[in-house]
Amino acid sequence: MKQFKAWLQTYSLFLIFTLVILLLFEWLVRSEQVPSFIIPAPTMVVMAIIDNWQPLLLEHTPATMLEFLIGFVIAVLGGVFLAAGMFFSKTVEKMLYPAVLISQMIPIIALSPIFVLWFGYTIWSKVAVTVLISFFPIVVGVYDGLKSADRDFIELFRSIGASRWKIFLKLHVPMALPSFFSGLKLAIVYALVGATIGEWLGASEGLGYYSRRMSGNLDAEGVFASIVILTILGILLFSLISFLEKRILNWKDSDEKINTEGNNSK
Amino acid sequence: MLELKNVSFSFQHNGDNIISNLDMKLEHGEFVSLVGKSGSGKSTILKLITGLLKQDTGEILINGKPVSLGDVGYMPQRDLLLPWRTILENIMLPSELRKDVHISAEEAESWLDKVGLLDYKDALPKQLSGGMRQRASFLRALFTGKDLLLLDEPFGALDALTKKEMQQWLLSIWKESNKTILFITHDLEEACFLSDRILLLHPKKKIEEMNVSLPRPRVPDMLHKKEMVTLRQNLEKKIAYETI
Repeated sequence: MKQFKAWLQTYSLFLIFTLVILLLFEWLVRSEQVPSFIIPAPTMVVMAIIDNWQPLLLEHTPATMLEFLIGFVIAVLGGVFLAAGMFFSKTVEKMLYPAVLISQMIPIIALSPIFVLWFGYTIWSKVAVTVLISFFPIVVGVYDGLKSADRDFIELFRSIGASRWKIFLKLHVPMALPSFFSGLKLAIVYALVGATIGEWLGASEGLGYYSRRMSGNLDAEGVFASIVILTILGILLFSLISFLEKRILNWKDSDEKINTEGNNSK
Repeated sequence: MLELKNVSFSFQHNGDNIISNLDMKLEHGEFVSLVGKSGSGKSTILKLITGLLKQDTGEILINGKPVSLGDVGYMPQRDLLLPWRTILENIMLPSELRKDVHISAEEAESWLDKVGLLDYKDALPKQLSGGMRQRASFLRALFTGKDLLLLDEPFGALDALTKKEMQQWLLSIWKESNKTILFITHDLEEACFLSDRILLLHPKKKIEEMNVSLPRPRVPDMLHKKEMVTLRQNLEKKIAYETI
């Protein structure tokens, strides 16, 4: 109950704002101020989801989630290994860090047809877009995190006689976790966007494919239905990472002092 | 126990000698304070003894052998407790980092009990006060199992009252643990109260040695004795008229 109250306190303004916007759209469409093929009424979008729940939720959502999942796992594993490689070796850093940066300058839309050319209309063209788009925040987050260890801590570990590997495992890795999670929160949302973009450019299933098909049919409700599902998925995935972050980095939130004798007292 | 023979050190970027032809000796079980103006090279000496820095010339020997990383217990000014580890996990760190250091959880808990932290063994460092964190940091240095402990201004950030309590606490733990302590401080009263000897580091990088004639155990009232007041005033004058 206490947690729900705190949650409500944080999000109540946003919820009211969203509700007002939804009601406004509902009124604009119902009163024919705006044609429904431009912006559908929110209730019409809900009805579109209910009417098409079977293809949307049982066919297209799993297809998008599979592409997302494979791409995201590859991005996380690859990103972590590359960041660790750059941390340990200046040569690897000098060789690959500019390439990682440049990869983000290339418009994904321009690259996607190349991926289709390479991988065809298989799942891998979508996975490639997903990896490319979500790889960057992981690499940067982990690499910056690994470098963030305070020099005094490193000296303390060295004074105890710790090996470089032990310093990495016991100091650098835990120190990198906060920025790893920051990168992960961005990457998980980007990955979903990547999978959708991939489907837009060439697919036979998935929420991106579904929204493009509905767009071609001028079925705005259908387009918005897939957008709503993608948004809900994005929020759920982001919340999952936030939940894990809070559980794993519980030491970051515990500001309260057990001792009540005051700061710097015995 | 510890011997520095003709040790010189300069940082490569400017070439100025931070330490020049320094000789110093500590016997087993001694409590020695190193005092001097800011910038006189006290912390550099500590880093040379830990092996974090390498001297340009001379020898640093512990029990007759050249010093290397991991040969001493080191307690820095900041407690440097790892924020993601509990107090028990923090003090057990040396046994995780080195194969030759073995501390059982029972032994660690027994020490936590002695220093009044047993109830906080599962607490995170953020949940503890400054004095409590310093005690945990001291235990971590103690648990390296080394005979020589280097303490770099450990109570510098504490308030006056806590500092006094921590000094008494340190003396009792030192006596029980039978360690040799080299203690850096800016607080001359603290140096007089804690030490068997005080080493005053002069700007010309020479060390002047002063014995503290107070008997042990030490109690705070001793600080008002005439010989103590004279010693402290002497130190103050010597430091005040020096230029780095």
